[in-house]
Amino acid sequence: MATTLTINGETKSFDAPPDMPLLWVLRDILGMTGTKFGCGIAQCGACTVHVDGKAVRSCVLSVSAVANRAITTIEHVGSTPAGAKVQKAWLDAEVVQCGYCQSGQIMSAAALLAATPNPDDSDIDAAMAGNICRCGTYVRIREAIKHAANGQS
Amino acid sequence: MNAHHNFSRRTLLTGGLATGFLLAFHLPLRAAPNEPVQPPDVTDGKFAPNAFIRIDVSGATTLVMPQVEMGQGIYTAVSMILAEELDADWSKVQLLHAPANEKLYGNPIFIIQATGGSTSVRAFWKPLRVAGASARAMLVQAAAAQWQVDPASCTTSKGQVTHKASGRTLSYGALAAAASGQTPPKDVPLKDPKDFVYIGQPLKRLDTPDKVNGKAVYGIDAIVPGMKFATLAQCPVFGGKVGKVDDRAAKKIPGVRQIVVLDDLVAVVGDHMWAAKKGLDALDIEWNEGPNAKINSKAVWDDLRAASAKDGVVAKSTGDIGKGLAAGEKFEASFELPFLAHATMEPLNATVHCKPDSCEIWTGTQIMARVQSEAAKAAGLPVEKVTVNQHLLGGGFGRKLEPDMVVAAVRIAKQVDGPVKVVWTREEDIQHDVYRPVYRDTIAASLSGGKIVGWKYKIAGAAIIARWLPPAFQKGIDIDAIDSATDVPYEIPNFHVEYVRAEPPAIPTGFWRGVGPNNNVFAAECFMDELARKAGKDPVEFRRGMLANQPRFLSVLNLAAEKANWGQPLPARVGRGVCLQPSFGSCMATVVEAEVDEQGEIHLRRVTSVMDTGIAVNPDIIVAQIEGGLVFGLTAALYGEITIDKGRVQQSNFNDYRMLRINQMPKIEVHVVKSGEAPGGIGETGTTAGPPALRNAIYAATGVALRRLPIDRKLLAAGKKA
Amino acid sequence: MSGKMRILTSLIVIAIVVAVSGVWIIRGPGPLDFAGGTKVALADYRAGKPTGVPAKLEKASLVERGEYLAKAADCMVCHTTPGGKDYSGGLGFKLPFGTLYSTNITPDKDTGIGNYSDQEFLGAVQHGKRRDGARLYPAMPYTSYTFMTDEDVLAVKAYLFSLPAVRAKAPDNTLSFPFNQRWAMIVWSAVFNPDTRFAPDASKSPEWNRGAYLAEALAHCGECHTPRNLGFALDNRKKFGGAITAGWRAFNISSDKATGLGNWSDQDLISYLSLGHAPGHGSASGPMGEAVDHSFSQFAPEDISSIVAYLRSVPPQPSPDLPATTAPVAPAAHKDGVTADARGKMLFAGACASCHGWSGESPVSPMATLTGTWAVNDPAATNVAQIVLSGTKRHTPDGALSMPAFGNAYTDDEIAAVANYVTARFGTKGSKLTAKDVAELREQTAE
Ligand code: FES
Ligand code: FES
Repeated sequence: MATTLTINGETKSFDAPPDMPLLWVLRDILGMTGTKFGCGIAQCGACTVHVDGKAVRSCVLSVSAVANRAITTIEHVGSTPAGAKVQKAWLDAEVVQCGYCQSGQIMSAAALLAATPNPDDSDIDAAMAGNICRCGTYVRIREAIKHAANGQS
Repeated sequence: MNAHHNFSRRTLLTGGLATGFLLAFHLPLRAAPNEPVQPPDVTDGKFAPNAFIRIDVSGATTLVMPQVEMGQGIYTAVSMILAEELDADWSKVQLLHAPANEKLYGNPIFIIQATGGSTSVRAFWKPLRVAGASARAMLVQAAAAQWQVDPASCTTSKGQVTHKASGRTLSYGALAAAASGQTPPKDVPLKDPKDFVYIGQPLKRLDTPDKVNGKAVYGIDAIVPGMKFATLAQCPVFGGKVGKVDDRAAKKIPGVRQIVVLDDLVAVVGDHMWAAKKGLDALDIEWNEGPNAKINSKAVWDDLRAASAKDGVVAKSTGDIGKGLAAGEKFEASFELPFLAHATMEPLNATVHCKPDSCEIWTGTQIMARVQSEAAKAAGLPVEKVTVNQHLLGGGFGRKLEPDMVVAAVRIAKQVDGPVKVVWTREEDIQHDVYRPVYRDTIAASLSGGKIVGWKYKIAGAAIIARWLPPAFQKGIDIDAIDSATDVPYEIPNFHVEYVRAEPPAIPTGFWRGVGPNNNVFAAECFMDELARKAGKDPVEFRRGMLANQPRFLSVLNLAAEKANWGQPLPARVGRGVCLQPSFGSCMATVVEAEVDEQGEIHLRRVTSVMDTGIAVNPDIIVAQIEGGLVFGLTAALYGEITIDKGRVQQSNFNDYRMLRINQMPKIEVHVVKSGEAPGGIGETGTTAGPPALRNAIYAATGVALRRLPIDRKLLAAGKKA
Repeated sequence: MSGKMRILTSLIVIAIVVAVSGVWIIRGPGPLDFAGGTKVALADYRAGKPTGVPAKLEKASLVERGEYLAKAADCMVCHTTPGGKDYSGGLGFKLPFGTLYSTNITPDKDTGIGNYSDQEFLGAVQHGKRRDGARLYPAMPYTSYTFMTDEDVLAVKAYLFSLPAVRAKAPDNTLSFPFNQRWAMIVWSAVFNPDTRFAPDASKSPEWNRGAYLAEALAHCGECHTPRNLGFALDNRKKFGGAITAGWRAFNISSDKATGLGNWSDQDLISYLSLGHAPGHGSASGPMGEAVDHSFSQFAPEDISSIVAYLRSVPPQPSPDLPATTAPVAPAAHKDGVTADARGKMLFAGACASCHGWSGESPVSPMATLTGTWAVNDPAATNVAQIVLSGTKRHTPDGALSMPAFGNAYTDDEIAAVANYVTARFGTKGSKLTAKDVAELREQTAE
């Protein structure tokens, strides 16, 4: 089925079944591999993208549900103010280990900061608890979010 | 390394017992460290003094990574070591994954091209320094020749050779061509550690910028023009086979291209993963489950308990254990650890293009050369016809020390026209892992005068080494399974360690982050706390009493106790637990502070670790690795368990194979002490430290002496007693 | 799919029936007595055809008609094990006093129903009598199927006999005394099986009559949604007032405006039955999810409409424990709204918020929206706890929608905490589940 989506400000048209999760459209049809597959059941957050600025798990988000909505992925989040801050803080705090979860972590953190510019610990918990990091970078994620918020980074 | 490391598996491997096959393998890095080895590929004008370094005319310095990057920061550490002796310009350093080449890039400890066991820095410390230093010497020789001066009068820094006296400088780039013609020096001198400019600094990791913007390419991200996508189902019962497959419904799904039926697995190939996955769901597969369909966890544990009652092969015995145990009050306990899955964040995958006369693979593996040779076997091709393109790993943790995923992908790809990316679903990944084996460790110890006078320790569990590196399995002893058991830091006059090999039926077992020390540090350090209590002593005090001759251990223990406010009062049902461990050539002490609430739920409050790893190549990466390792180990302690019923793994995804999340995280504080010793291992230390320290904190908080993992919270509700 | 509860009830029934006399009073009205109109013999009813298949299948083969009817009667769910061959039986219903297994109803001669004559098949479906004369437990809803016409029952048989014979012997039931006394079912059956065929109500529309036939004879809605009487048969005085079935709450589907379907639009009902989801009312899961996937979603649109027309006529039965209205959308910020139960919140943040959102409106699919569902507004939190324990897997035209099961890795305490948090945050009144309650729910659904 021909589908058109707005991804990172660009219009993309492709053929995909309506129930196909956005994750696979991004990765396998559009070749945008920054968004990761981790579980497929919304339990890990590796596949997080922004839909109208909110963090959403693309592995359970069917492509038919996002027509006409603005999708932002890790490849482009750096062009949003919150995303840029988060990326910088991530590098400054050396958050990343294997990095596989980090696209999702950064997308969740950027959405958090966009909505809550000065998050406290409970805000970070609420926004980030859905993102698993098997390498265990949680301590630094928290630190980096706070730095990004304070603009100290 | 210190005396207490004499029995670690690395030393055994590289020293004593492995000498024989050290010679059998050609090991240029160790055998003749000063002889440059030409890089395998064309270097077109670059200065390529050895397998690790290329410098082009612009001065761009490309370093070839013999160890793979799976998050542990090794690309940065390797680069720092090379750049240090080379005096390279850090800002011009670029990285290259090494190709599969056992001769050039074999890990001197494992002998094969493998990354794991917290060996990278330990194994490559010397060879990389030599490689850097000899390249530097050649560049200096080239400059000195041009200037007609004594090389000894030249200095190097940040990619430049300088002749102070005449004020002349030449960049490495400008010298690249001339340096290529120089003869590498013999016995090149290495820097005095006090002159290190990079080593010891918390330099920024080189692999991270692309990991925050989606550009980093993992195996699962490989894109090969024209490729299709596949996902697979293997028989849910270990060793089972495919019976009948009804693919009528699957073939009707749009985007499904092909159904590949092999003897033990079925794969669906499609235009994208979604088609493949839906196709797989729509298949009606009848499995021939075979004899293993009867296996269950209970039987596995019954077998292991029975095995652990037998006598084992003696791995170490000092003093007189019989007398020692008779000399004081005797106590005994057994500790049990479950099967564990790795659950790397990046699910198993490999992209393969098989042609009649060649096979190309894109993946992320911890064992490039072995993957190449196993793939060659699966493809029915000579090894040199198989190319392995290494990518970043989204976590390894030992899972990717196994070639199975690539072998399966090659077998599937053989049936497919054109390249195909095979991606495991998380469920397949968890249900077809190579699991950390179950272990049961039994300790009998005797106390006299507040000290341990006899210590009889018996490990029962699988011998992973026997399968994975057969030449290293000698005299019935698995040097991994006993690691950290034979070299506890405490002074115990009568000390005895035995090993009973007990393989679980049909369940594949392999290395899991923390490897052998996981079970041994857990059992020994948990029992240490029980003995301290029997002796009426504080756990830290008790340990100190047996560390008189172990200054490094004593100092990390003391510092950890101090930083963790050991001994200061805590609220009810809150406790601190300590763990001291000798693992991986590092000395580490950890204190966990945890609360156990009335329902038995555990709240992690604080973790303090002190690490003496010798020379700390990059202290910030060390801290990060310990933080991450602690989370990995604590996750396992709280939740990790793979159970088997009807021959199948019962867990499937993160809903039932649970992970610690950010909102459960304690404060973590890691102190790295300054040391001049050779660097030790880091990547696995935190994993090993977490569970015993947590268990001891729970013991302190509740009095319940847990002896199995994962922690059974049902035993911890208020009012329960050990 | 409602089998587990039916079994439970049936077993208790055995004991009770033997002891209790005066069952006449207990029995109460029949399932269609509320309508009160004039019943006529089917043959005399000329206004329409309430039985059989929809018009488009009138000309279809016997087997095709049977297939439609078998699906409408939802035979498969109870007669298939997960991963097993369709209709080959063996689904275990684990009960405190043993396990009951569904039978193989493929035409295999040894282990299935291959030897059943038409008469014997009618005996089983309409009268609860096995070929060998033994009595069926009312886990098999023959007290509903008894309303089916012979023609329809035999069409089902023709369909079943067209399937491949599967050799599969269901394990023997492991019921303990007195529950293993099948003979007791003779008494029970005599009292509680109306043993009569469907008779149309001349005062009602043909659509209503079709709906009545579908809902009562085939879909057996009452088996889950009607409370049980002392004899553990359906208590039609409270017809469709809601009941607990197999550890799940089957909500009120009477026409009560507050707690029943009275305020649902036709479109909502149609959508719920055919897709398992109605905007603002949540999604079918658990046994109802299976009923939609395997049965209602296969109904012809006019049959769905008929059921809706019929449901609308069922007199209101209030559910006094449910609130008069469901709670509105919760605040989008985790800090606003209900914040009690730190433990429940912690679990929700990690495992639930990604799909259900902090507001209860799902960011991924309307099917995962919690706002407006009875489940989160039920102060007993039965279905919330149940779905957390066992998850759900739904197949919809838009693909599969699943919620993973958390029961294996989360403790009873944790599941109680998260259920209490969810009902407090997204419902009108939070639940007070304890670990023990959750343990009991686990028992009821264990298979
Ligand atoms: S892949 Fe989407 S949440 Fe894990
Ligand atoms: S950095 Fe490896 S999973 Fe998070």
